[in-house]
Amino acid sequence: MHTMIVLIPLLPLAGFVVTLLLGKRVLSARPEVVSLAAVTASWVLSMIVVAHVFGAHDKAIDFNLFTWVSAGSFHVQWGYLVDSLAAVMLIVVSTIGMLVHYYSIGYMRSDGGYYRFFAYLNLFMFAMFTLILANNYLLVFLGWEGVGLCSYLLISFWFHKKSASQAGKKAFLVNRIGDWGFTLGLFLIFTTFGSLQFGQVFAKVSLVSPGLVTWISLLLFVGAVGKSAQFPLHVWLPDAMEGPTPVSALIHAATMVNAGVYMIARSYPLVSHSHTAMLVVMIVGTFTAIYAACIALTQNDIKKVIAYSTISSLGFMFMALGAGAWVAAIFYLFAHGFFKGLLFLGSGSVIHSMSGEQDMRRMGGLRKKLPLTFWTMLIGALANVGMFPFAGFWAKDEILGGDFSAHYYIVWAVGIVTAFVTALFMFRLMFLTFWGENRASAEVQRHIHESPRVMTVPLVILAIPAAVLGLVVGLPPDGGWLHTFLQPVFFNVEKEHFAWAGTGGGLMALSLVVVALGISTAYVAYLRRPGLPARAAARVPWAYEASYHKFYMDEFYNAAVIRPVMGFAMWLWAFVDVRVIDGAVNGLAWLWGAFGRVLRPLQTGRAQSYAFGVFAGLFVLIILIRYFWGA
Amino acid sequence: MSAVDWYLTLATGLFCIGAYGVLARRNVILIVMSLELMLNAVNIALVAFADFLPGAAGRGTFFALFIITLAAAEVTVGLAIVVANYRYSRSVQADEFSEMKG
Repeated sequence: MHTMIVLIPLLPLAGFVVTLLLGKRVLSARPEVVSLAAVTASWVLSMIVVAHVFGAHDKAIDFNLFTWVSAGSFHVQWGYLVDSLAAVMLIVVSTIGMLVHYYSIGYMRSDGGYYRFFAYLNLFMFAMFTLILANNYLLVFLGWEGVGLCSYLLISFWFHKKSASQAGKKAFLVNRIGDWGFTLGLFLIFTTFGSLQFGQVFAKVSLVSPGLVTWISLLLFVGAVGKSAQFPLHVWLPDAMEGPTPVSALIHAATMVNAGVYMIARSYPLVSHSHTAMLVVMIVGTFTAIYAACIALTQNDIKKVIAYSTISSLGFMFMALGAGAWVAAIFYLFAHGFFKGLLFLGSGSVIHSMSGEQDMRRMGGLRKKLPLTFWTMLIGALANVGMFPFAGFWAKDEILGGDFSAHYYIVWAVGIVTAFVTALFMFRLMFLTFWGENRASAEVQRHIHESPRVMTVPLVILAIPAAVLGLVVGLPPDGGWLHTFLQPVFFNVEKEHFAWAGTGGGLMALSLVVVALGISTAYVAYLRRPGLPARAAARVPWAYEASYHKFYMDEFYNAAVIRPVMGFAMWLWAFVDVRVIDGAVNGLAWLWGAFGRVLRPLQTGRAQSYAFGVFAGLFVLIILIRYFWGA
Repeated sequence: MSAVDWYLTLATGLFCIGAYGVLARRNVILIVMSLELMLNAVNIALVAFADFLPGAAGRGTFFALFIITLAAAEVTVGLAIVVANYRYSRSVQADEFSEMKG
């Protein structure tokens, strides 16, 4: 079993090395074979490990391979921990990772950097597996930075496009802020507990002052805010859509952005120990959920809408974590990975068939032409808005129920409103894309075709869990298979929020009504009376503008951070570098030059003037000798 | 004023005339001639000292003869340079030779 666990991250790493080194020349005919084999093997191994963990029940596998870092009193092992939480993550990461690899064969086939793409995907899988399987914070951090690097490489995969390379840079820089918090958190954990190993840290939480625990939790949460694109560090995720769509599906919807949620869930003994930290997590999550949903309402780029929906969903997860509904958060993460991955891959299929068009205003009527894409995306959308009986319904309602039973009624109300807005924008997307008349140019219309099998099959496979996952693992609510499975991990915090089933039925019915209301509003506004949204926008132009411009967050950062930093850099360049440093060097050179210019006329080139010098010198010498020595 | 002073005055006068010629004349040949004047002024001084200082008799005259020989060689080389330089620049004016000007 240990060997298998070790091999899960190791195989994609080997695939990365082989594909990167040999992909261009030796494997040039089919450069994807090695990396596909690696992820497929990892998937098989993951399933075996998950089955084993499920069978072994609350016995986590925790082992160290070797001492990774040893310096003074600082020792870190390279070790893996597989418990039920890691197992759930393994299912999500390995399954979606593998499907995205296969999907990419079709999507990236005609791209010049085909082999490079697969190499990066494999490296990403290695980093992500390392992140979820690690048994200490430093190894988590290694995976954390690894996925960040791959995210950067894949966002700016089409680096010759200025916007893509800018977006990659933005993602990297914004994540640096989060990582700064995470790193400080690691330092504080080490100085407080003397170890970074999960088991050793969590065993001593109750011995440490609550203030320290709060600080550690908040610093870790700063890291999570960056990685999981929460307000105010969410700005990188929408721009990350510049990357190829499979990347958006894998990294920026289903796996990497969940790392923050996973890390907070993994640190639950710490975080749950601090009421303040929990409250902060919940408030940030709740605000992000409604905030991102409001932005998604007015975006026209199909991928941007799904990106904001992802931010909103991640906000939902943090809302659940903060409210103490730990299992519900992981449940939502589990379901979200599948349906959001599905939505992204589906949008990729739409973009592919529309010759690269991403603007929904030039789509429409694709229902008949892309039947498979349509049906699978419909399932994804229904799951995302939380329609009965799709996966999102059960997960979302556990979260809302958790908020309600923890007496966070305002949070619950915001969640309900978010559910309405989500239904509205998600079906705005569906109606604009798949219903009505096609608004593309005739040239594009002629080329519309259903995507190749290698792209549609992953859609169908992902549609299955998106549809039935909730029924399989989430029933009955707050007591389903997933709950029993995760119980050993969240044993001492979950009990308080365990008995909400009494009011549950009413809450479920209410949220269903809200979702149905959202969908029918979208139906009226975007199909029956297409002029309605424009008139609504004209009625409250400020609200429309604010949402369309993402509440001016980018403009704010531009004015508050980028402009001052650029100004400072300009000052450093134009004043400190040019004037002070160059000035000192050039000034010194000028000084010696001037000295030379003063002395130069002495060298006239005429022998007689030199002779005059000799005579004059002699004369002076004679006078001096007479004066000093007398005669 | 003793006898040696007359000789020395003559030598100084000759030397100053020579020095003036070296510094003020434009023609290179005249400069070389002025150089000869200066050398001969020194010769007069040496011979005068050789006559008046008892211990210096042999050395003074020997030095004067030495300088005469040297001056001959110097004039040979000097005039050769003047000729060579004339071929190069078509001039014997010293102030026109300023190619080493800084």
